[in-house]
Amino acid sequence: MLDCTPKEITKRSGGLINPAKTCQPLGAMYASLGIHGCLPHSHGSQGCSAYHRAHLTRHFREPVMASTSSFTEGASVFGGASNLKTAINNVFTIYNPDVMAVHTTCLSETIGDDVATIVKTAEVPEGKVIIHANTPSYQGSHVSGFSNMTRAMVHYLAEADEENKKSQINIIPGFVNPGDMREIKRLADLMGLSSIMFPDTSGVMDAPLTGHFDMYPRGGTTVKQLRDTGNSSLTLALGSYASADAAHLLEKKCRVPALVLRTPIGVKATDEFIMAMRQHSIKEVPYELELERGQLVDIMTDVHYHFHGKKVAIFGDPDIVIALTEFMLSLGMKPIHALTGTPDSTIGGPQGSFEREVKGMLEQADLQGQVKAGADLFTLHQWIKNEPVDLLIGTTYGKYIARAEDVPLVRVGFPILDRAVHSYLPIAGYKGAMRLLEMIDNALLERIERDCTDEDLELVM
Amino acid sequence: MINNRILDEILGQYPVKVKKNRKKHIVIKDADMDRQEIDANTRTIPGVITNRGCAYAGCKGVVLGPLKDVVHIVHGPVGCGYYAWLTRRNKAKSEDPTKNYMTYCFSTDMQESDIVFGGEKKLTRMIDEVVEVFKPEAVTISATCPVGLIGDDIGQVAKNAHAKYPEVNFTAYSCEGYKGVSQSAGHHIANNGLMQHVIGQGNMEEVPSSFTLNILGEYNIGGDGWEIKQMLEEIGYHIQTVMTGDGSYEELKNAHVSNLNLVQCHRSINYIADMLEIKYGTPWLKVNFIGIDSTIKSLRDMALYFSDQGLMERTEAYIMRELQKVETLLEPYKRICEGKTAFCFVGGSRGHHYQGLYKELGIDTILAGYEFAHRDDYEGREIIDSIKLDADSQNIPNLTVEPDVNRYRVKVSPEKMEELKEKIPLNYYEGMMRSMHEGSIIVDDLNHYETEELIRILKPDIFSSGIKDKYVVQKMGIPTKQLHNYDYSGPYAGFGGAVNFARDIAMSLASPTWNYTVPPWHSKPLLEGKILERVSDNA
Ligand code: SF4
Ligand code: SF4
Repeated sequence: MLDCTPKEITKRSGGLINPAKTCQPLGAMYASLGIHGCLPHSHGSQGCSAYHRAHLTRHFREPVMASTSSFTEGASVFGGASNLKTAINNVFTIYNPDVMAVHTTCLSETIGDDVATIVKTAEVPEGKVIIHANTPSYQGSHVSGFSNMTRAMVHYLAEADEENKKSQINIIPGFVNPGDMREIKRLADLMGLSSIMFPDTSGVMDAPLTGHFDMYPRGGTTVKQLRDTGNSSLTLALGSYASADAAHLLEKKCRVPALVLRTPIGVKATDEFIMAMRQHSIKEVPYELELERGQLVDIMTDVHYHFHGKKVAIFGDPDIVIALTEFMLSLGMKPIHALTGTPDSTIGGPQGSFEREVKGMLEQADLQGQVKAGADLFTLHQWIKNEPVDLLIGTTYGKYIARAEDVPLVRVGFPILDRAVHSYLPIAGYKGAMRLLEMIDNALLERIERDCTDEDLELVM
Repeated sequence: MINNRILDEILGQYPVKVKKNRKKHIVIKDADMDRQEIDANTRTIPGVITNRGCAYAGCKGVVLGPLKDVVHIVHGPVGCGYYAWLTRRNKAKSEDPTKNYMTYCFSTDMQESDIVFGGEKKLTRMIDEVVEVFKPEAVTISATCPVGLIGDDIGQVAKNAHAKYPEVNFTAYSCEGYKGVSQSAGHHIANNGLMQHVIGQGNMEEVPSSFTLNILGEYNIGGDGWEIKQMLEEIGYHIQTVMTGDGSYEELKNAHVSNLNLVQCHRSINYIADMLEIKYGTPWLKVNFIGIDSTIKSLRDMALYFSDQGLMERTEAYIMRELQKVETLLEPYKRICEGKTAFCFVGGSRGHHYQGLYKELGIDTILAGYEFAHRDDYEGREIIDSIKLDADSQNIPNLTVEPDVNRYRVKVSPEKMEELKEKIPLNYYEGMMRSMHEGSIIVDDLNHYETEELIRILKPDIFSSGIKDKYVVQKMGIPTKQLHNYDYSGPYAGFGGAVNFARDIAMSLASPTWNYTVPPWHSKPLLEGKILERVSDNA
């Protein structure tokens, strides 16, 4: 497995070998699906849209509906305006969405199509909306694509049309699963807050089997809610890479204060999320939450000897890896390799601080580690060859490294293509942390039991 | 049943232009008609939700990607390379694992500056790094959409690389996604490149055995190619190379020596099949190893081509033995499948290939179609000359080859060839439509709206297609079978494969999970008369 990867690390600059990121439109498409009644539209050749739909479908095992401008050579030479106009007309006539969310691709960006103007001058049926985001994939990653489309929701729809701000808050969950979005909303409910989550793919990307196909399932943030985000009194942006830009725009556009937090994965980040809501609602944290937290800490302590001091490598999307690193540290584990494919700074996209944040946490814990943004899995594999780990945490793509180096893999993040259920259940919040802990603990223990001699196989561990 | 009136109603929901276009892509089979024409390989209308992909997907994703000992560099932004990495289930194994690059993805990950100033330098660096670390014997470079627009000359980069590393074979493919109208353009581009720069580069002059052949258009999805290879080897054939499932540069470069080419997927590889005939005199035979009857027919056709007594006997013995083996195994599955109906909408050949296998299980295919095929894949090759090339097709270069002065061999005398052509599909494909029955529907580039409408009316028991519509249809309560990736199962080819397929289809039909789709409170009223009744019973 991966037999060509040498241990010796040489400098490379020709591109990526086994990327740990993909392109912007995929994230934009996912964010669009978090609007109720929305049809994402890919402005480019149809190949991109086919790939994005297929890949999202593999992760969620749900229909991912999206249309495309189906560029041919002619459109590439003369521009894609007429394709987009035709598409707009056809989409509203045939599929009748409330919202059409257009994102660009490398092709339409390279040509320089002015999508904003085309969208502005397009004939849109009464009561329908088109929004758009620029998502060239020669910048950023799927995470920036998610961020850019979320930002577009604010740009096109948010309005501050009430004199006073409402007590409600906005929550931008970031590029996480519907299971996490549900959990985050539940936490806000428990804190007694009325909230608008956007985008919100719960109910869309985890729709039930009913015997009917709904092109636009029940879930998703409605246009009305998106407009109303401008009247909220606070925006909590969870994960700086995926959520901060939209929150900042909302602050600028509608004077809704923005607070950027870590994705609430693990005890510490969830604490911070709860504390931020407590501050806002001036309400004590209900016993129910205190119970959940107490249970989590109880488990962490009960079996700390299962994982304390274990070396772990983490890769995935920056917001998720940052939060996971923090959680691993609070468990007493040693996250000695942390890698994301998303670059730290992107022209026209989020400005991140992955390397600084993760290095800071490691320094505080007095740990030496490798940390890199904009890197690939070939690099991660080489790191592991040089400094082996007890556990690998990341997406399905990690399974090849896991097999090559014989380390257990805990699947977390996007995409997970070879397991089911993951998108329904949270890793966010205290309950989510419990679930993560169970996965990590089981992986470590199962490895011990697989490898140990008969006489060492213990009944109680 | 669908008739023209119902069809018109369905299409009536479209804007006028769309209706006019789509009408030509849908045919209701009329057995009385000599030939029915269908529109295919034309542009998908913007805004219509299609399953189609791009030329790059057809070139790198389908044809080149499975070559395991070749480093496939994708020159472009990260996504295109990333999505075509390990997603197609084209299995491959190598004796020397350091010469198998299947688990690697090489993307130049073009950045803004590369788009502005050109990406050739970065591509050159990638080549240097790859040659240094991976030491491949062959490298392909596939271009994705922006590359053609910014004017990167990947052909020149490949030439320069070859000058620097003469021991490595470099080929460049300008398969930008906007070329043509679907994956199909990419198949053609890949066929041209392999023919021009790879096939015939080996120095084999003699055929290793008289029953040496190549298998074309078999991509080893779920291990189909292995199943076929094992079957043919047992009968006594020697497989020189498979294009391209579990295939290798090592074997492919000597594909010229074979005495026969088998064509499984006609759409993706017929260009090479034709060119091999012209250049080396090797005829091709259309085979289909999906389904028991089709497999038997293909095996017999092959034996007839070689007309060797021993081969024929071994073929018959093999068929007899395997038939006996599978008959009892199939029985329980057939009982579940009998009398059911299917939609079969796949790629460029499977929409046809699976119909026979379905039939053997007692399942009637009531709708079939291709995502990216041409008219000849529907109507038969005899209509090829009458296809008018539109602007999109003209943009794909047509490679013409000449007979190779040293290597051209007459494999079968012209008289024998004519005689064989009467009996077996030599250099010929009859297409999908001929064998379909009266009243069945043929749809080209089936889209989401039509899928929903046609399912509503025809209510198939099983829907076979791909990943993008699988869950749409499953939500409707209809079992689905992905026939691109087999839902991670297989192999489905040959005799054993037919049993696997039967097992999987029966499983999807019989799964108890379907019983829970409707919650009990939906089928029972909230207030029941039961209590009252009991009272009166007791009274
Ligand atoms: S259409 Fe172009 S950009 Fe899109 S996947 Fe295909 S080659 Fe890549
Ligand atoms: S062309 Fe760009 S947007 Fe399309 S798949 Fe490739 S990287 Fe993604």
